[in-house]
Amino acid sequence: MREQLEKIKIEALEEVGKASNSQELDEVRVKYLGKKGLLTSILRGMGSLSPEERPVIGKTANEVREEIEGALEEAKRKIKDREKNIRLSQEKIDVTMPGRANVIGGLHPVTKVLDEIREIFFGMGFSVAEGPEVELDYYNFEALNIPKNHPARDEQDTFYINDRVVLRTQTSPVQVRTMEKTKPPIRVIVPGKVYRSDASDATHSPIFFQIEGLVVDKGITMANLKGTLDTFAKRFFGEKTKTKFRPHHFPFTEPSCEVDVSCFVCGGDGCRVCKGSGWVEILGGGMVHPDVLRAGGIDPEVYSGFAFGMGLDRIVMAKYGIDDIRLLYENDVRFLKQF
Amino acid sequence: MKVPYKWLLDYVDLDKDIREVADALTLSGSKVEEVEEFGREISRGVTGKIIKREKHPDADKLQVCQVDVKDEVIQIVTGATNIKEGDIVPVALHGSTLPGGIKIKRGKLRGVESNGMMCSEFELGIANEDSVHGIMILPEDTPIGVDVKDVLGLTGGVIDFEITSNRPDCFGVYGIAREAAATFKAALKPVETSFKEDEDTIRNYLSVEIQDPLCRRYIAKMIKNVKVGPSPEWMKQRLEEAGVRSINNIVDITNYVMLELGQPMHAFDYRYIDGKKIIVRRAEDNERFITLDGVERSLDSSMLVIADGAKAVGIAGVMGGQNSEVKDDTNTIVFEIANFNGSNIRITSKKLGLRTEASTRFEKDIDPNLAEIAMKRACHLVELIGAGEVVGGVIDVYPKRLEPHRLEVSPEWINSFLGTDVEVSRMKEILESLEMKVEGEEILKIEVPTFRQDVRIKEDIAEEIARIYGYNNIPSVKIKGEAVEAIKTTEQKLIETVKNTMVSSGLYEGITYSFTSPKVFDSIRLKEDDPLRKAVVISNPLGEDFSIMRTTGIPSMMEVLGRNYARGIKEAGIFEIARVYLPQDDILPDERDRLVIGMYGNVDFYSLKGVIENLLSVLGVDRVDFESEGENPTFHPGRCARLMVRRKPAGFLGEVHPDVSENYGFEDERVYVAEIDLKTIFEASRLERKYRALPKFPSVTRDIAMLISDDVTVGEIENVIMRAGRELIESIKLFDVYKGKQIPEGLKSVAYSIVYRKENGTLKDEEVNRVHEKIVKALSEKLKAQLR
Repeated sequence: MREQLEKIKIEALEEVGKASNSQELDEVRVKYLGKKGLLTSILRGMGSLSPEERPVIGKTANEVREEIEGALEEAKRKIKDREKNIRLSQEKIDVTMPGRANVIGGLHPVTKVLDEIREIFFGMGFSVAEGPEVELDYYNFEALNIPKNHPARDEQDTFYINDRVVLRTQTSPVQVRTMEKTKPPIRVIVPGKVYRSDASDATHSPIFFQIEGLVVDKGITMANLKGTLDTFAKRFFGEKTKTKFRPHHFPFTEPSCEVDVSCFVCGGDGCRVCKGSGWVEILGGGMVHPDVLRAGGIDPEVYSGFAFGMGLDRIVMAKYGIDDIRLLYENDVRFLKQF
Repeated sequence: MKVPYKWLLDYVDLDKDIREVADALTLSGSKVEEVEEFGREISRGVTGKIIKREKHPDADKLQVCQVDVKDEVIQIVTGATNIKEGDIVPVALHGSTLPGGIKIKRGKLRGVESNGMMCSEFELGIANEDSVHGIMILPEDTPIGVDVKDVLGLTGGVIDFEITSNRPDCFGVYGIAREAAATFKAALKPVETSFKEDEDTIRNYLSVEIQDPLCRRYIAKMIKNVKVGPSPEWMKQRLEEAGVRSINNIVDITNYVMLELGQPMHAFDYRYIDGKKIIVRRAEDNERFITLDGVERSLDSSMLVIADGAKAVGIAGVMGGQNSEVKDDTNTIVFEIANFNGSNIRITSKKLGLRTEASTRFEKDIDPNLAEIAMKRACHLVELIGAGEVVGGVIDVYPKRLEPHRLEVSPEWINSFLGTDVEVSRMKEILESLEMKVEGEEILKIEVPTFRQDVRIKEDIAEEIARIYGYNNIPSVKIKGEAVEAIKTTEQKLIETVKNTMVSSGLYEGITYSFTSPKVFDSIRLKEDDPLRKAVVISNPLGEDFSIMRTTGIPSMMEVLGRNYARGIKEAGIFEIARVYLPQDDILPDERDRLVIGMYGNVDFYSLKGVIENLLSVLGVDRVDFESEGENPTFHPGRCARLMVRRKPAGFLGEVHPDVSENYGFEDERVYVAEIDLKTIFEASRLERKYRALPKFPSVTRDIAMLISDDVTVGEIENVIMRAGRELIESIKLFDVYKGKQIPEGLKSVAYSIVYRKENGTLKDEEVNRVHEKIVKALSEKLKAQLR
């Protein structure tokens, strides 16, 4: 019996060695170790052995089984590795084929630029305030020091709903609305649609976007207006951007200014965007007129403030090199997909 | 306003380049729109004398000239025929440039060397091509060898200023000179106003009566023995440079005074003044009047006219009348210099559609004290150019003299307001250079001249100081004081979330006009009495197509989709946060933001619904129902859902009715749109999330398949399943809906996977069976489902 076991061991190990895939290996396992396998049947015959022989043969048989199992395990691992390697070598794909992904859309360029500007002001402590687009003449004009028949009304071609209601020509009406609702310190920007009765062409749109800014607190100075707008210009247009403050007239600020930035396209050398001047006018602003503070219920002897406003569309156009404002409102998907 | 540079130099000495002056004035508050520099394009042009002229040996039409340009004699070949020996002409030397970027180089014409070009007025850019015949011949006494620009006066230029409505004082050369003097710390020279007048007095010929306080002042002066004729060249040239056409000496004087001082004036022919009197009165309603431009105008009683004893002779502040116009044979004139209420002139000019140089100035409210000096200046000019003799005396009706405004301000306040450190002495210097009178140190007591009606309060004084001191000299300082925290409102955050979710759903954001045509309601098939047809109407729209504020965002979306489709784009998915304006019982409409989604090409109803479901899930909106909607006329009656959020209608989504999509240019293309009221879903939004422990015990999944009437919706089936199995159901999932072969007419096969789970233990088969059977029973009883 001992010889038989020895023989089985040798044969089994040999067959294990010959097996070339997991299936053959499995066959070897069944042949020797299966329920009806050779080793199993020998073990079953152990009942006929003497009580002295039984433990000795039993021990040998177990050793043989362990050895076969070990060899099987070892061979199995080798074959698996080999099979894995074969699979890996056969599974090469073309990684340059297009990927599968959910379609992602995109935000409108006006929104993108607006978000960028909002972030910059958010970092400087400015929240976003909002107001109606169909607005009272009072907020759009009168509270801003522009009474009826004021020549400044001619400069802004206004859409009227009736004597008392207009489509806001600027985001400035939100100034007084904000002051009425909020106690200083106030620090807000107001982005939104505004309306002027200009027929639409490559550079005019009867609807466009403005961003207003308003700061009211004790001790706010014109130097603060400059500091704030300088910071904005550098963050938005780049650290090298220079600003130029020119006096101007707005009825609702005093002193008033217009602000040019060094051209962000050519850097000041002169190009189509800056019409060769090296400067691009981007906003108007000034110290909030005391009449406007009073209209907002704020005492100008205690508080002061500054305000500014800029046209968003022109900045968007300059930033992306868009030459026709109408593209912004046509919403051709081939246009929208570019941003 | 166009200011000829040389005219400006009459009143202030500026030894500066015109561009430098323009830049500095821009920075001190007089914004320059354009600088026109005379002769800028001309270089190396000199005067030369033709000393010899011969025929070209090989060309009949050419002449060879020897031209003395002082330092040398050069040979020039020309085709011109109007020249002779001894003529002095402008010569463009070799290497010179002429207007239009022309460069002159030495060369040969038919074999003969030519070292330059003799120029015509056209070539020098000082005349039109068709008004020029040959070479320009200069006066005999012109020195030779000098720069043609000097000889032709092609130096200096014109600066065009944008004058803001608060600065009527800058609507004249003198006002700009005052600004320049302040800017460059130079002296402002006085205006020459001396003249002689005769012994006679105007009162023998005329009286003036102001009947309406809209006229604040009226000065009349008479000139007799008028010799109407052309003005001298210098005057013509200045007027033309300023953009005003020369008419005759009298009219030119009135324009000259206006351009110089900013005070409009008028001249009447005295022989047409009836009744020896001038009356300033309101016009009659429907009064007819022919203005100087020959147009008959209909006036009304809001307008002010200048009349004589019988008729109107001018529309106050706007334009004079044809009936009293100065003519070639005019002998005696009345000069009018008046002052009117600015708003009234503005309204009149607007009503008549007639804007003139005069009305543009008057509407900004001119200083009434300017009238006097302007009249003296006009008389001075009459004498200077010999246009007539000034009659003695003056009529000056000025009921209420305008006195200078006085105010006090502390220099300390100015510096604290501006954030500057300007010396008191500099402040005073600046204010005085603007002709303000200043006293005091601690407190500045300031008297503001009447021509500066815009300076009323201390902030105005701060501006005057800031702009002359230089805005660019004000430091740039970050805001100090209490830190202010920037906050986003919930609504602002939700809007951002909506946009981001739309983008991740593959949609592109669009932005459209908020006003639209009332016809769009027909295009989207709204019923005649649909409340959405009630819109905010613009009283002065750009046209009917833009005449109402939208009450729904669907038409603009359809327009956008239609435009894309018309451009051959096969598929599009767009969203817009579109504001709508709903009239309400308030003076202002209810403005609401709507999420509008539109798509076509390779999509179906469920693509659209999926986007909305995702959004609602991201926003944490619960109690959502999609109800079948067959009545909305914009949509396909069988493919539209009404979105209900917490039992409140929140919007519609669905396939657009084919008639509607055809109205927007679609052919055989299914279009899907949704419009959702953001406020309604935001109110139901819950962004806070709470952690629920992960399940500790395994779940059991059972499938259920049934035949059920086609009319029963999946929503109803789910309601029944959920209600019957609530105690153990974790989730249900629809995995099959089938109609067709093997399924009887009117029925459909629907299959669900139901996942059961208990939180506190492993489910036993009996437990699951009990609940599952309850569901089966409920389905068959309530919905007549046949289980398969």
